[in-house]
Amino acid sequence: MYNEKVVEHFSNPRNVGELPDADAIGENGSFKCGDTMKIYLKIKNDRIEDVRFQTYGCGAAIASSSVLTEMVKGKTLDEAMQITNQQVADELGGLPPLKLHCSNLAADALHNAIKNFRNGKGNVESA
Amino acid sequence: MDKRTVYMDHSATTPVREEVAEAMFPFYRELFGNPSSVHAQGRTVRRALEEAREKAAQALGAEPGEIYFTAGGTESNNIALRGAAKERGKPGHIITSSIEHHAVLDVCSELAAEGHRVTFLPVDQYGRVNIDQLQEAITPDTFVISIMAANNEIGTLQPLEKIGDVARDHKILFHTDAVQMVGQLPINLKQLNVDFLSLSAHKFNGPKGIGALYMRKGTKITPLYCGGGQERKLRPGTENVPGIMGLSRALELAVAEIGDKKKRLEALRNKMTTGLLAIKETILNGHPEERLPNNVNVSFKHIEGEAVLLSLDLEGIAASSGSACSSGSLDPSHVLSAIGLDHPTAHGSIRFSLGRGNSDEDVDYLLEVVPRVVDKLRRISPTYHP
Repeated sequence: MYNEKVVEHFSNPRNVGELPDADAIGENGSFKCGDTMKIYLKIKNDRIEDVRFQTYGCGAAIASSSVLTEMVKGKTLDEAMQITNQQVADELGGLPPLKLHCSNLAADALHNAIKNFRNGKGNVESA
Repeated sequence: MDKRTVYMDHSATTPVREEVAEAMFPFYRELFGNPSSVHAQGRTVRRALEEAREKAAQALGAEPGEIYFTAGGTESNNIALRGAAKERGKPGHIITSSIEHHAVLDVCSELAAEGHRVTFLPVDQYGRVNIDQLQEAITPDTFVISIMAANNEIGTLQPLEKIGDVARDHKILFHTDAVQMVGQLPINLKQLNVDFLSLSAHKFNGPKGIGALYMRKGTKITPLYCGGGQERKLRPGTENVPGIMGLSRALELAVAEIGDKKKRLEALRNKMTTGLLAIKETILNGHPEERLPNNVNVSFKHIEGEAVLLSLDLEGIAASSGSACSSGSLDPSHVLSAIGLDHPTAHGSIRFSLGRGNSDEDVDYLLEVVPRVVDKLRRISPTYHP
């Protein structure tokens, strides 16, 4: 069902954990549909310096979260806001159609984090 | 332990055992006749088919004339419930449970859309129906009660004798989907007030695509299909002879071994359950004792089921889950919701179902792998705080 890259990111997820001094935190998902993700950003001069994630979710959700953190490190906030759900799925080499909605978790959580940061609500958690 | 292949999804399907495959092969080869034919090839097969029916009936405590071969459990459920509704001819009331398999639930929902009233009885935290609630639900229009013998997800057993007594007292037909119970626990239809019973061969080491419906002598239903006289018109069409031979042999063997198998699997099940519940924040779903010998269903808090399945699969272990993501819907299993699990707990559920092929070493391996997998996924979870 899952390709090698997805399995790799699932088995060895990158950037797992929290950032205690995060500049921005974003959340997405719900326990109702079975996936939720939290992303922590360290931002310097409008660039994402460091990132961590925590995900409760299926293989696709974890893999998407992991690959997203690789995609955003070093990007400016504007560049990061441009990242789409489709790009995350593509970066993984594609996902089964039924699993695409699980991959939406990651980019949306990232955008929520950046919005929180820009609204001055940096490390207040909100979906 | 070295990586092993451990299949623990026997409630989904089971491998065909060697004796069963052997019983089927001749009917793909030289014994190919149509059992309805007048000639020698036909008559030979007809004799074999009826012998298979006798053996199947014997295994269940039924008469041969009460056994009808179908394409599986789903078809048996459809034939019984729709057939009873059609025979009644006018809208009526059906009582079933909220934890039935979709092969019963969906039929009832469709019958409701066609004008019948359906009561879906709630279940307790273990998944059992309440006999008093069943009694209270009965109306003068109730014409069938359908309650499964054992639940496929959480393994909980229903009080079939008591339900049968209630049905008999009120002269209501009683159907039980026994797909998960047949071959695992003894069933004696002489001692149960059951009017219909569904079973499916691929759950007890028989082939896929064949099942049976037991219908008590004297019961009348309207067939769903027409086009032939086979199975006393209940299921027309040239019989799946190899399938029937396989089902019968599998059932015969399963019932002969049922005592030993129950003991062996219960021991493995209990060892597994104890080991899994030793993992922090893990709960058992379903009744601790009144459950199928082969079923272990647990929820691991803070992690999601499909991720666990994927991790187990990478380690060679096959299981299943009640999570939404493992079923392709957005909702967790209706069974887990019915027993009152909140969403995260339902999504974190895993079902392990043992079978003939599983050994003590399989359980040891599982108990080595699962805690590692759970721990790893919990470290990724936003809600787990060790």
